[in-house]
Amino acid sequence: MEDLVSFLAKQLVDEPDKVEVQRVEQNNSVTIELSVAPDDMGKVIGKQGRIAKAIRTVVKAASLKEEKKVNVEII
Amino acid sequence: MKSVIVTGKTVEEATLAAAIQLAVPRNQLVIEVLEEPVKGILGVFGRQDAKIKASVMRSMGDIARDFLTTLFQKMNLEASVDVTETDDTISVQVEGPNMGILIGHRGETLDAVQYLTSLVVNKDSDNYKKVIIDTENYRSKREETLRKLAKRLAHKVAKTKRKIVLEPMNPFERRVIHSTLQKDPKVTTYSEGEEPYRKVIITLK
Repeated sequence: MEDLVSFLAKQLVDEPDKVEVQRVEQNNSVTIELSVAPDDMGKVIGKQGRIAKAIRTVVKAASLKEEKKVNVEII
Repeated sequence: MKSVIVTGKTVEEATLAAAIQLAVPRNQLVIEVLEEPVKGILGVFGRQDAKIKASVMRSMGDIARDFLTTLFQKMNLEASVDVTETDDTISVQVEGPNMGILIGHRGETLDAVQYLTSLVVNKDSDNYKKVIIDTENYRSKREETLRKLAKRLAHKVAKTKRKIVLEPMNPFERRVIHSTLQKDPKVTTYSEGEEPYRKVIITLK
């Protein structure tokens, strides 16, 4: 799932080298922390969080088969 | 991106050679001049050929196809992608055994994938192209459902003389409701609220 988030972020930003994802396991959920270059924040968040919402929707669809709930945080 | 490095007496000549080598028309090549040609003294001493890097330009449809193919792989979703590109639109038809996952609740996943594809495709381009992604005719079926809903609700509004507020919809879906009831003699429609919670309201004329 980190791979999917990283791929999406790299496609959207101007500085793909600065994209980093980290997987944080909790009891019954997984959080994927995404960080990008400061100038690229808008590229993964979007107006009123529209892009972030689309990324989360795609990740949610991809993780339907998984047992744990997957969250995406942009930090 | 497929590319070659070619030399020639002039940039023009090198470009031509590259086009032949890559077997694509010249206008589909992106040329980067690595070394400018130097004529030299008497055309002999210190003469240097032009050196260029020629890359095959990828169309916006190619970018959409590559993006979606990789995306579906990473989503573990078995799907094939068929892209049709015109001057202002890129239409994508997706086929596979589990398209319900791609569509999602009320098409929300399909809309998200379409939105992200549009961002990626239009990112480095001068001219904007609209991206439409569909599978199993979901979009036309949804349009039909919305038309029926609009007519049914218009009838109810006329009968009860009370306005009806619909659930939030995206611009495409709202337009279907508006256009269906545009010529209705008894009711009129308008939208209220801010995206993404904008709603259509059907009320008496």
